[in-house]
Amino acid sequence: MIASVLFWISALVAVVAGALVFKVDSMARATYALALSFIAVGVAVLTMRQDFVGIIVILMMVMEMAIMAVFMISYMGMNPALMPMDMTHAKRPAAAIATIVFVGLGAAVLLIPWPVIDPQPVEGLTEQLGEAMMGSKMLVMLTVSPVLFATIVASVVLASPRGRYDRYGDRLRGPAHDPEPGGLGR
Amino acid sequence: MTLQLVLLVAVALFSIGLYGAISQQVVVMVMMGIELMVNAVILAAAALWWFLTPVVDIQVLLMVVIAAMTVEMAVGFGVATLIHRARRSDMTDDATELQQ
Amino acid sequence: MAEYLPLIVAALIPLAVPVLALAAAGLDAALTARARGTSVAVGAARPLREITRLLRQQRRTVLGADRLLWRIGGVGLIVASFLAVIVVPFGDTVAADLPIGVVWFNTIDVALWALWWMLGWGANGAYALIGGYRFLAQALAYELPLMFALTAPAVAAGSLNVGEVADAQSGLWFVVSMPIAALVYLVSVAAFSAWGPFSPAAGRDLAGGVLGELSGIDRLLVKAGRWCLLVAGSAFAVPMFFGGGAGPLLPEPVWVVIKTVLVLLVLVFAGRAIPAVPPQRLAEIGWVVLVPLTLLQLLITSIVSATGTGGM
Repeated sequence: MIASVLFWISALVAVVAGALVFKVDSMARATYALALSFIAVGVAVLTMRQDFVGIIVILMMVMEMAIMAVFMISYMGMNPALMPMDMTHAKRPAAAIATIVFVGLGAAVLLIPWPVIDPQPVEGLTEQLGEAMMGSKMLVMLTVSPVLFATIVASVVLASPRGRYDRYGDRLRGPAHDPEPGGLGR
Repeated sequence: MTLQLVLLVAVALFSIGLYGAISQQVVVMVMMGIELMVNAVILAAAALWWFLTPVVDIQVLLMVVIAAMTVEMAVGFGVATLIHRARRSDMTDDATELQQ
Repeated sequence: MAEYLPLIVAALIPLAVPVLALAAAGLDAALTARARGTSVAVGAARPLREITRLLRQQRRTVLGADRLLWRIGGVGLIVASFLAVIVVPFGDTVAADLPIGVVWFNTIDVALWALWWMLGWGANGAYALIGGYRFLAQALAYELPLMFALTAPAVAAGSLNVGEVADAQSGLWFVVSMPIAALVYLVSVAAFSAWGPFSPAAGRDLAGGVLGELSGIDRLLVKAGRWCLLVAGSAFAVPMFFGGGAGPLLPEPVWVVIKTVLVLLVLVFAGRAIPAVPPQRLAEIGWVVLVPLTLLQLLITSIVSATGTGGM
């Protein structure tokens, strides 16, 4: 009963906050509306007794949105909070496509005869997940970790304007010429 | 709280995200639309685990979804930084080379 | 009676944490007074005077402030500190005995990224915003080492439940068997509370940084929140690294409080002794020194707990 009420509150918050992301005219508020949507979904997952996934969604997404807000603000180059403006295109086709998708998927959800079982919380689910990731589903872990590592390298390569020649000069010697020295004096 | 209702909530989130991803001009806002869609996927997968089949595979799938989301964000920010440095803006309409 | 104990503990947390925070703030003010050669007693009472002053002070209105986010940031710090303490076991009693308490604490500490930044953003002031960015810069440096530092005790105990981590230290406290993780953890506590060497987010060189535009009750909540976070970090260190309630003679909950106070004292004195580090320098230290060190710590811990040679 309590879980049900909690779920509906969080579902409502998730959808409303999700809609607000594209409604508010402040970048900071848009980002944190998305964070709120993720927190609500995390709580909804918790009401379905998946502790680890629910908490991890909240952890990851709050962190991600804190970073995203910084990018939002630095790249917009202006403050829409002071200067309301419209940064959208193709609004009507977008709305049409979104509505069609909603109706289509919604109809599928309602029409499919789901083989529903009586939900029961699973004891020690987090441990099972860990065992699976490090045991029978090891391949997933083996794939995800190099992908994540490649992502770090790729994003730094894409984003960094300066390579080692910019830092150390043509002969790669001597102290680095950095606009801001790092903490280790390298 | 039945499976169908939970999935409907997920579909609503997905549609909102899709609308945002298509209609927004700013790269970071487009990413936020995509994130909202992934958010819906998380909710749907968690609901399927709870109402259909409590096997650990779906939990592993959820981990992959979360990892995919971080990859999307990291590469997205890398690209946004690159576009911003080259064009002094981060609008999708300015980055249409691949369209031609 | 026993079933109400968690509720009683939960009700005591919002009382006990601010009391300890006030004591720590009083100690800090007294030490400052002694260093300046003024009356120590007057100095120690400074936080109390500050509280009464801020309670009476009227809020300044700031033009164009994002009130919603600003208020969330202002109230958030102190709430986050309470939420972090609810998973700390006092003997057998825990306010919220979550199976994944360690991840819970980590989530609360990540929420601080958002809260500190909102404080800076909401004020609509350049200095405050720079303060918010400074916090994010140092957060990027400390967060990953902190996560690995929290993982090490969990691996050694084979559980993410804080109570079980505390129980796993009946032989040897984790502060002895994994000193790097303990040290990195304590450093991170100072960092997420913006205390001592990690205070530039609220630095004087920025006219107070995130604190700059705050006034009245908001300022009180944020200043109290910083100290409460320091207390919460100390309290959580006890089950993670300092053996939980283990100790002679006295009952377990008393030992948890005593150890919390001792860790808090260490943090206060160390924070005062170490000069502020510019946040832009921290990323390199965090990623080039601390991440490999904590990973090494994790490797050692994993090997030792996998081979099952007692002591851990």
